[in-house]
Amino acid sequence: MSTTYYLLLSALLFSIGAVGVLVRRNAIVVFMCVELMLNAVNLSLVTFARINGALDGQVMAFFVMVVAAAEVVVGLAIIMSIFRTRHSASIDDANLLKY
Amino acid sequence: MIYVAQVEQVSAPPIDWGAMAPLLVVLGAACVAVLVEAFLPRHQRWPVQVGLSIAALGLAGLTLGLYTGSEPAGMTTIGGALTVDQPTLFLWGTLLALGLGSVLLIADRSVEPGGAFVASAASRAAAGGPGDLTYAPTDPDRSYGSPDQAPTMQTEVFPFTLFALGGMMTFVAANDLLTMFIALEVLSLPLYLMCGLARRRRLLSQEAAVKYFLLGAFASAFFLYGLALIYGFAGSVRLTDIAIASAGSARSDTLLFAGFALLVVGLLFKGSVGPFHTWTPDVYQGAPTPVTAFMGACTKVAAFGAILRVLHVAFGLTRWEWRGVLWAVAIVSMVIGAVLGLTQTDIKRMVAYSSIAHAGFLLIGAMAITPQGVSATLFYLLAYGFTTLAVFAVISLVRTADGEATHLSQWAGLGKRSPLTAGTMAFLLLALAGIPLTSGFTAKFAVFAAGIADGMAPLVVIALVASAVAAFFYLRVIVLMYFSEPAADGPTVTVPGAFTTAAITLGVLLTLLLGIVPSLALDWASGGGFVG
Repeated sequence: MSTTYYLLLSALLFSIGAVGVLVRRNAIVVFMCVELMLNAVNLSLVTFARINGALDGQVMAFFVMVVAAAEVVVGLAIIMSIFRTRHSASIDDANLLKY
Repeated sequence: MIYVAQVEQVSAPPIDWGAMAPLLVVLGAACVAVLVEAFLPRHQRWPVQVGLSIAALGLAGLTLGLYTGSEPAGMTTIGGALTVDQPTLFLWGTLLALGLGSVLLIADRSVEPGGAFVASAASRAAAGGPGDLTYAPTDPDRSYGSPDQAPTMQTEVFPFTLFALGGMMTFVAANDLLTMFIALEVLSLPLYLMCGLARRRRLLSQEAAVKYFLLGAFASAFFLYGLALIYGFAGSVRLTDIAIASAGSARSDTLLFAGFALLVVGLLFKGSVGPFHTWTPDVYQGAPTPVTAFMGACTKVAAFGAILRVLHVAFGLTRWEWRGVLWAVAIVSMVIGAVLGLTQTDIKRMVAYSSIAHAGFLLIGAMAITPQGVSATLFYLLAYGFTTLAVFAVISLVRTADGEATHLSQWAGLGKRSPLTAGTMAFLLLALAGIPLTSGFTAKFAVFAAGIADGMAPLVVIALVASAVAAFFYLRVIVLMYFSEPAADGPTVTVPGAFTTAAITLGVLLTLLLGIVPSLALDWASGGGFVG
């Protein structure tokens, strides 16, 4: 099977993630959509590594995983703290800062 | 088909410890600061953390000075992951000095009781601060100190600052996109947390942190997808390899330009440029003011350092393909910053929009792919960083019983009440507007001259109009301070402690010096170009 399909799948997943970030209202779901985007990138990196016949793309995917894990730690901490104060994880409720 | 890579003998790349010393000192001190946070009793942490941070920044500055003094040739180290060349050294020096100023602001506890980072919101009762939803006099969350004790400061902000600063220093020196991405995250993650640390006004602060985090993670996903596409095009993420591949490659140009676009979106987001600025006003307003000062000054330097390097080293050859798009971005950024800045009523938001306009000016310098463009942009970053730092330091001094008086109407008549503070603020705002004899004028002049020399005259004309419009809202604040009657229940100006005074003095002095004798810094900034 052509590797192009994997690239198309990756682009599709990335787009789903990006649209999800823009339309979903729950901070946790928005965050999961960002993670989907990062994983779509991982798929591209591994596919390009295969196309290029080199290993560095695969190694980069590991770096991305580590970064994604660190981002989860920080992100969930921030979302938890705002949930404790507001008793809501909806990003529409947080609207004190505007204009 | 099974693909087996030929693994050859792996040998460790040589590392130039002398060149990397400033970076290693900062990151090492950040790790030590985490241990301090874990093992020292609470009342000892503040003096130790402040001492450690200042000592680390001083030592890093010293090693940087020693290395620069030996007049090194630019080179890459640790297997080509980092470049230590003249722009890197200049940006490292700028970041360390701005970082020192920010640490001083963060450490100050004299402006409000316990500083901006008190452990619990309960001390707000004494300060009369705006309540949060769950506050009750017997707050069960409140585990630090007894009510009659002075509020203690949360000291984890110091390791965050050092980690963020280490990330920024790596970001401007990164010679491949993967290192750049890791550095981007190392600088961003502590910043997201620092935004949410103002416990007295936690609703605003946490909202800023959530917004910054979600949008920042979104932008870094774009950066990463751009990295992947460019890897697909060039077969490498090393900046010089991208430049070579862009000169001629069998792969489709679509990969290169789609990758470039996504990558630049991620970088422009960090620099709060143009249409990718939406987080800036909210985060600047919501974050604790010392953190806003750190973000406004250092993040801008780091982001534009990286943008310069990417545009010059990796995409210098393809400049005619992308320049049109970045023209549009720069225009949008200047117009948004100047026009929306006019309508603001909160002074922190106003400075945020001013930073968006300044990002547009900086982008003009970054787009000029000439040595003059590099040195002008570097100089602009130095000048803008110190002015911004001092502006936020002054903002943190003007207070009512509720906390900082950030509404513009509260600044009315400040010139009559506290002439020194108002005079300092007026001088700094004139520098942001770009009036001669301040660093703002020299910096704008250098950037616009570089833009015209590289064939961007129409863009520079638009920039001049935008800076004239922006000058109006700076002058409005000055008029308000000097020519209106003070309100009866107006804010008081806190007498700053030694730390804040030092930071303001540093900012004002450099703003003045760079305006009068800019040649010293300009010479250093133009000492050499990028090495890839």
